[in-house]
Amino acid sequence: MQSATTYDAIVVGSGISGGWAAKELTEKGLSVLLLERGRNVEHIKDYVNATKAPWEYLHRGGRTKAMEEEYQVLKRDYPLNEKNLDFWVKDKESPYTEVKRFDWYRGYQVGGRSLMWGRQSYRHSDLDFAANLKEGIAVDWPIRYAEIAPWYDLVEKHSGISGTRDGLPQLPDGQFQPAMPLNCGEEMVAGKLKKAFNGKRHLIPGRVANATKQLEGRNACQYRNACWLGCPYGAYFSTQSSTLPAAAKTGKLTLKPWSIVSEVIFDKEKKRATGVRAMDAITEQTTDYSAKVIFLCASTINSTWLLLRSATDVWPGGLGSSSGELGHNLMDHHFRCGAEGVLEGMEDKYYYGRRPNGFYIPRYRNLFGDKRDYLRGFGYQGSAGREGWSRAVKELGVGPAFKDGMALPGQWTIGATAFGEMLPNHANQISLDTTKKDKWGMPVIKIDCATGENEARMRKDMIADMADMLEQTGVKKVKTYDNEYFPGMGIHEMGTARMGKAPKTSVLNSHNQVWDAPNVFVTDGSCMTSAACVNPSLTYMALTARAADFAVNELNRRNL
Amino acid sequence: MSTETEDIGLINRREAIRRVSALLGGVAFVGGTSLLTACEKGASRVDTATGAAGKFSAEDVAYLDEIADTILPTTEKSPGAKAAKTGAFMALMVTDTYTPEDQKRFRDGMQALDEASKKANKVGFVQATSEQRTALLTSLDLEAKRVSDAKEAAERKKKGLAPLPPAETAPVGEAHLPDERKEAATGGEAAGAAAITADTPSHYFRMMKELACLGYFTSEIGYTKAMRYIESPGRYDPCIPYTKGEPAWAPHA
Repeated sequence: MQSATTYDAIVVGSGISGGWAAKELTEKGLSVLLLERGRNVEHIKDYVNATKAPWEYLHRGGRTKAMEEEYQVLKRDYPLNEKNLDFWVKDKESPYTEVKRFDWYRGYQVGGRSLMWGRQSYRHSDLDFAANLKEGIAVDWPIRYAEIAPWYDLVEKHSGISGTRDGLPQLPDGQFQPAMPLNCGEEMVAGKLKKAFNGKRHLIPGRVANATKQLEGRNACQYRNACWLGCPYGAYFSTQSSTLPAAAKTGKLTLKPWSIVSEVIFDKEKKRATGVRAMDAITEQTTDYSAKVIFLCASTINSTWLLLRSATDVWPGGLGSSSGELGHNLMDHHFRCGAEGVLEGMEDKYYYGRRPNGFYIPRYRNLFGDKRDYLRGFGYQGSAGREGWSRAVKELGVGPAFKDGMALPGQWTIGATAFGEMLPNHANQISLDTTKKDKWGMPVIKIDCATGENEARMRKDMIADMADMLEQTGVKKVKTYDNEYFPGMGIHEMGTARMGKAPKTSVLNSHNQVWDAPNVFVTDGSCMTSAACVNPSLTYMALTARAADFAVNELNRRNL
Repeated sequence: MSTETEDIGLINRREAIRRVSALLGGVAFVGGTSLLTACEKGASRVDTATGAAGKFSAEDVAYLDEIADTILPTTEKSPGAKAAKTGAFMALMVTDTYTPEDQKRFRDGMQALDEASKKANKVGFVQATSEQRTALLTSLDLEAKRVSDAKEAAERKKKGLAPLPPAETAPVGEAHLPDERKEAATGGEAAGAAAITADTPSHYFRMMKELACLGYFTSEIGYTKAMRYIESPGRYDPCIPYTKGEPAWAPHA
C-alpha cells in the first residue's frame, strides 16, 4: 500500500528525539518518513573540521566582525565560533521576534543539535515528577519514575552513557558504561566535600553520552575533546552515530532533508491527523505526505510553532490549543554563575588526555529536610585542571622567562557553574507573529519569556553555595561570578505543549498524544511539564521510546 | 623544519582516520582534502610574496613580529613568535575581528609605542636593542594591567559582586564547564580565541599582548614545540606525576 507519499509513520525533525522516534518505530516494523528541514550531514564524511589541526583555522577558532554581522543571535554566546559554524542555524534566514531577550540557538540539519550538544545525561527522579503536585505549581506530571525507568534503561544502553552508580534518590542510577574518572584535583575535593557536609553533598563524575567502551559501529572515546566538530570515531551519541544507523538498518526508513513541514493535516470528521504538508526548502514546492501516526520531534518551540499553524480551521489557536496551554510555560535552565578557586599542594600532579567531561554535584537544596526561601534547586557542573597558556594574557611578563613559563602547566584551579530549575509559568509564552515572515513565507514565532522571583532567589544560593563548598574543602583564592543569564542561553528549551492528566489543562496526555488528535505525538522538549535541574535530553529520548512503543501497540489494537 | 612537522602531523591524522575507518568497516573519509583546501584559501589573506596581511603592510607586519618576538622570543626550549609568523596573524586578527574604532586604537598604539621608544631610546622600536624593547614593553605591560584591573573592578561593582583582592583581578567565568560552553569563557585551560575575540581590551598594549600570545601558542610551533600536542590521546589518565619543566599539554584538538 506504500507509495512515495504514504507511510506508516512520519517523524518531523531528526535531532535527539526524532532520531529515537525513527529508530524505535522502524525497529517495530513501521515504514517511517523522517523529515528534516535542513541539509543532510553524513556521519564522519561531513564532519569537515573533525581532524583539522587547531592552528589551521584562520582565526584559530575565534569570531570575526563579518560573522557577528551575519549571526545576530549566535554572537550572544559561545555558538558563534569558527570551528563548527556550519552546524548552527543561519539566523538571518530564520528570524524570530523577541518580546523580551530570548537567545535561541538552533541547529537545522540532519542530526539537529545532537551533533554539538553538551552530552550530559541525567535521569529525572520522582522528586522531580511529583514536585508540581506537591507544591501546587502548574499541573502534575501524568507519569512517575517507575513508568519511565525501563525506557531510561533502554536509551542509556543504546546511547552509551558513561557514569558511576551513586545510589542517590535525587539522581537515579542507570545502565552506565564505565565512568570517565575524576582527576586528582577533583578526587581530593570530592573526598573533603563528603566529610564537610556529612555525606549530604556529592561530587561525582559527569554522566555523559560518550562511550567509554566500543558499541556497534562506534569506537570508544579517544579523549580528543573535539566532540562538537563531529566525532570521526562516532564515540559520542548523535543521531548520526547511534539512532540513524539503527533505523536505516531496518530498511524501513526514508530520510528527506530540506523538507520544512508547514502544517499537520487534520481531518475534522475523523478527528485524526492524516499527514503533513512539507515544503522543499530549495524549490519551495509543497508535497502532502500521509501516515497513520505522526511524531513531532522538531525541538521545543519548533514543534509548537508547527502546531500553532495546524488545524486552524477547527481551532483558531492551532492543533492542541483547546486547553489554552499551547505555547505556554516555556522553560530553560538558568546558569552562568558559580565560583572557582585554586588548589594548592598538587604541583607534582598532572593528567593525560583531554576528557570531554567534568564533575557533577547533584541537587541538595530543598531536599531531605533542607528548606530555602525558594522552590526546587540546582546542580553544578565543573572541573579541575591545570591552567594553560591563556593565563599569559592576564599575567605580567615580557621576554624569555615569561614565554617559557607560560608553556608549562599553571596552577591547579577548580570551579563550577550552577544549573538551576526554572518554574513553569503560564505567562512565559510563544505565539505566532503574523507581521513578519521567514525566508519560506512562514509567520515567525514570537517569544515572551523571563525568569522570576524564584529564580532570582535561587541564584543567590547558586553563587554563594559554590564559594562555601570550595572554601570548606580547602580551596584557596575563591572567587564568585555571575555572568548574567537570559532565557534560552541554557539551550535547554522546554515546555509549550506540556503533558498532563486532563485535556483542559494540558496539550498532551501521559503518552505524549495530543489530546485533540490522538495520532499526533509530541516527544521533544515541548512536552515537559516541569524542568527539573538536570540536563533534559536523556528524558526526551526515554519519553520518545516510550511513546513509540505505545503508538505501535495502539496501531496494532486498531485504536489509532 | 616546519615542513617536516607538518608532514608528521598529517601522517598522524591520516593514520588516526585509517584506524577508525577500519573499526567502522571502511567508511570513506573525505574531510582531509577539504580542510587542506580551506587552509590554503585562508592563507591567501596573507600575501606570502610581500608579507602584507589583512589591512597591514609588510612593514607593519614586520614591526608586529618584533613586538610579538619581544614578548615571546626564541629560547633554548622553543622557537619564538617571529618564527611562528605571529605578526601576520595579529594583523589579520585586527583586520577581521576588531571594530573600526578598535582598529584605530591598535594602529595608534603601534605609533605610540614607536614614539615612546624614540623618546626613551632615541630610536624607533624596530631599531632599538632587545634590552631596550624588553624594558619598554615591561613598563607598558604594568600600565595595561592597571587599566584592565580597573575595568574589571568596575564591572564587578556594577554586577554587585564582591571586589577581588588586588592580586586576583582575573576575569572569572564558565572556564570549568565540562562541555564546549567553556570555549567562550576566560581563564582556565580552555580559553582561547573565542574569549579573546569576544571582548577587546581597553589598553593598546593588552591588545598586542593578547593577540601575540594567542597567535603564538595556538600556532603549530606553539602547539608542538612550546607545548606538547597529541592529536588523539586515546585514553584518560586522571592522575600522573608531573616533573617541573615538562611542557603543558596543548588544549583542544
